[in-house]
Amino acid sequence: MSNAFVNRHIGTDSAAQAQMLKQLGYDSIEHLIEAAIPESIHVDQFRAAGSSLLPEPATERETIAELRELASKNTLRRSLIGQGYYDTITPAVIKRNVLENPSWYTAYTPYQPEISQGRLEAIINFQTMVTDLTGLSTANGSMLDESTSAVEAMLLARRSSKVDSNVFVVDTNTLAQTKSLIAGRVQAVGIEVVELDLAAGAELPNAFGVLIQYPGANGQIWDPSAVIEKAKAAGAITIVAADLLALTLITSPAELGADVAVGSSQRFGVPMGFGGPHAGYLAVRAGLERSMPGRLVGVSLDANGEPAYRLTLQAREQHIRRDKATSNICTAQVLLAVMAGMYAVYHGPEGLKEIATEVHERATALAAILRAGGVTVTHDNFFDTIHVSVPGKAAAITAAAKAGGFLLNQVDADSITISVDETTTPGEVEAVAGFFGADAAYQVVASAVPATLVRTSAYLEHPVFNTHRSETSMMRYLKRLADFDYALDRGMIPLGSCTMKLNAATEMEAVTWPEFGGLHPFAPKEDVGGYIELIAQLEKWLVDLTGYNTVSLQPNAGSQGELAGLMAIRGYHLANGDTQRTVCLIPSSAHGTNAASAVLAGMSVVVIACDEVGNVDLDDLRAKIAEHGDTLAALMITYPSTHGVYEHAVPDITAAVHAAGGQVYVDGANLNAMTGFARFGDFGGDVSHLNLHKTFCIPHGGGGPGVGPVAAKAHLAPYLPGHFAIQNPHHVLVEGDTVSTVTHDGAQISAAPYGSPSILPISWAYVRMMGEQGIRDATASAVLAANYISKRLAEYYPTLYTGENGLVAHECILDLRPLTDLTGVSVDDVAKRLVDFGFHAPTMSFPVAGTLMIEPTESEDLDEIERFINAMITIKAEADAVLAGEWPAEDNPLHNAPHTAASIAGEWNHPYSREKAAYPYADGLDAATRTMRVRSKYWPPVRRIDNAYGDRNLVCSCPPPEAFEN
Amino acid sequence: MANPTNLKYTEEHEWLLVDGDNATVGITAYAAEKLGDVVYVELPKVGAAITAGTVVGEIESTKSVGELYAPVTGTVTEVNDAVVSSPELVNEDPFGAGWLIKVSFADVPALLDADAYTALTGE
Repeated sequence: MSNAFVNRHIGTDSAAQAQMLKQLGYDSIEHLIEAAIPESIHVDQFRAAGSSLLPEPATERETIAELRELASKNTLRRSLIGQGYYDTITPAVIKRNVLENPSWYTAYTPYQPEISQGRLEAIINFQTMVTDLTGLSTANGSMLDESTSAVEAMLLARRSSKVDSNVFVVDTNTLAQTKSLIAGRVQAVGIEVVELDLAAGAELPNAFGVLIQYPGANGQIWDPSAVIEKAKAAGAITIVAADLLALTLITSPAELGADVAVGSSQRFGVPMGFGGPHAGYLAVRAGLERSMPGRLVGVSLDANGEPAYRLTLQAREQHIRRDKATSNICTAQVLLAVMAGMYAVYHGPEGLKEIATEVHERATALAAILRAGGVTVTHDNFFDTIHVSVPGKAAAITAAAKAGGFLLNQVDADSITISVDETTTPGEVEAVAGFFGADAAYQVVASAVPATLVRTSAYLEHPVFNTHRSETSMMRYLKRLADFDYALDRGMIPLGSCTMKLNAATEMEAVTWPEFGGLHPFAPKEDVGGYIELIAQLEKWLVDLTGYNTVSLQPNAGSQGELAGLMAIRGYHLANGDTQRTVCLIPSSAHGTNAASAVLAGMSVVVIACDEVGNVDLDDLRAKIAEHGDTLAALMITYPSTHGVYEHAVPDITAAVHAAGGQVYVDGANLNAMTGFARFGDFGGDVSHLNLHKTFCIPHGGGGPGVGPVAAKAHLAPYLPGHFAIQNPHHVLVEGDTVSTVTHDGAQISAAPYGSPSILPISWAYVRMMGEQGIRDATASAVLAANYISKRLAEYYPTLYTGENGLVAHECILDLRPLTDLTGVSVDDVAKRLVDFGFHAPTMSFPVAGTLMIEPTESEDLDEIERFINAMITIKAEADAVLAGEWPAEDNPLHNAPHTAASIAGEWNHPYSREKAAYPYADGLDAATRTMRVRSKYWPPVRRIDNAYGDRNLVCSCPPPEAFEN
Repeated sequence: MANPTNLKYTEEHEWLLVDGDNATVGITAYAAEKLGDVVYVELPKVGAAITAGTVVGEIESTKSVGELYAPVTGTVTEVNDAVVSSPELVNEDPFGAGWLIKVSFADVPALLDADAYTALTGE
């Protein structure tokens, strides 16, 4: 089938693969895989061939038709449910130029700042927007969702408060999903939650922190400044969960005295998407920056002394601090933060205030009509949400409204809340009032914001929020920023451990369909039939591919899937009465997130040594298992290992842990090396998280969104993430050939019942179009490409670790330490020089300092792979020239990389030519290719950035224009 | 950078300039180089009682975090405010202006001399 999607997804065709295999000394890709993947874990050992539950692959056209069919089973009603999720108008210029633009959605987290200035500027716009609206001094580059952000703020409060108390106070008028998420998370970390009605004057206990929703979940606006003052005087850290749109009209959290603000930026142009993804936010007052979780963009200087952006204070994060990190979360929601920030850029302060004013006008008009009709509106002060008292009639009214096309939030038998938004029209206000028997005409009435809380302070005064009013200007601004960046639409991003494969256009298609984007996460079950069907199918397929029995799609990042999995293990041990099982064994090679997540699941981390070839040291493992006896909770291993090797001893490792009563967590970060050929569940895994944004094609979005499903064996199913509002609690349970269902009743892990469902059609489409054989072909092609690069570069850069037969898995670690020792050329120099060649650098210094980890994925074609190999060989020759004394150590093309156009055009007094600097292509290149490369060259916008300067001089909001003056 | 012979050293890559019952404490050039560009230093308060071998501070670079271990049991008598405001001093002059704390102590702990420390780091 010539138009089979698998041939579009995999970059190397059979001729290219034959050539690559010849280099490796194998006559077929099957033989290569046989030699690389241990036979003892091969899926065929565990089940009959052909028993996969995956359907035969569909074409792209057929897949779109099936998605259309699923979409048609969702019903779009006007949601007035609110509770943190509001309908919004995504400006078309942002939808087309950001959300649907691969320059934005296929980029990676901006670890290489010189090639990420566009999205770094976009994120700093978001941070500035949040700091301005909340009044606080520093905001991070987004959180996973509002409720997760509230949990992170609670943990920040505990780290920062000097109060000797484990009590955290939550105001009763807080969003239900936030209260539920907090309740599920606190036990493992020894925090006690006390829920109080603070607006009613409840006395504060001795507490390390206080959380107040503002405006409250029932819509009420009240002045919490006295409570905040009292709490702070007693030493507590005060957190306000605030609605960003409301903050354009009401006093900011900082002016109320709050230390921390959290919330969601969803209503700034990001569709509800049945719950996500959207960007949560977190902002702190001065003095708390170093305790913040999450990614933070700051301003520094490049080698020319000009302002440039990069991630700052990274030493807080889990990849460095491991179990002492400020959070386990790696991913942000960059793509959605970019959209929300751009919504503010496009509308500006006046525009936002106008939107907020209009929303408020609809709410006050609705309240007036209802009151005129004799209906009791509970509160006098509100922004967009009114609480209506309808004794005994709430269910009937909500049902009538639903029949009329509107979804209201039934609080209990006697009350309803109604939240209006920027899409609500006066006609809709009248229609909604009609369901309550109120029929007055719409008219503008007085504001319901209390005079004492009317916002007087300015916000969004920076020029970026006051320039791009016309669509032309906005389009060009978005294009300018996109042009600064290197994403998959320019070339290979060979980041090891990140799986930067194709995010196909067909896979992306359904993301922006209103039937998937326009649904509220608490919409009734009968409105979300398409989603429920799609989710059940995806659950079945993921279970089939991993050898587990059930899966939860709720975690909205890999780190959260990991946490959910460890919480499931915790729940299992507790249920068995094994309260003492709290030790988590983690190999020294593990990603730092493993350790950070274990701590949050109430476990203590014990490190297992690795042997000289990078595998888990079995003797040390056995010794540690014996030492910790019946306190052993779990082993966390990554398979294939973070060293990019298939460990042959893995069945022995998992058996040893089980024999001692422990559970085995297999980190699915490297699943792309084995999907279709081997399954975690078969070789002893009890639970794993997967990264749909790696193996299953959800784009990285420049640093989020991600989806981190947690898959487990049946005995852990009761402890997987549950949710009070889930539409379908019956998750797929696959046992052998039998497909049934099971409920997940563990602690909630994301704000919304299904986490970030609006991007699940991407992974669904990938599996639908690939089928079992296509996925196997993809895995084999990825392994072939990694081994080919390893082999071709062997004489220039040794591969640090290999498994049996000298083969690597889907990635290879090139050891640059010998080169650095000899020449002084560092990993940084090589990474930045690759930019001059038009490449994104591989992963630097993970998992071993001084190395580069390369993962080409299956999607790159041989020409691109060869281009990369040749760049690496040329760089080696340049390093040799430095060694030979041809160029000084402090002035050579590697040390000075990357080279900007401006640096080439200016005065030139380096011992190498401008051409060598900018067009360093190999001499043997044919003329046509060389001309094409020269013409299409990627120019980095800034020179190498000084990380230390920015960390020592912290600035995390948009710098004033004067900063760019020379 | 050679390790000065007038200093004593610990296996945690700290140096001490011992003067009777008092000592000035810093991290070695080897440690500073391994850490990379230091961007933040957190030190104990003057008057704090410290116990040998426990963590009493942090030295943060752009890429890693080093812990400051108390080399002796005693009391902090002075902290280097200059290094708090200019953390780069740790890299620029680890054995001099980049000192971190001064301590007073009762029992002289077992420490390495320059040769033993140099052998430890293999440089």
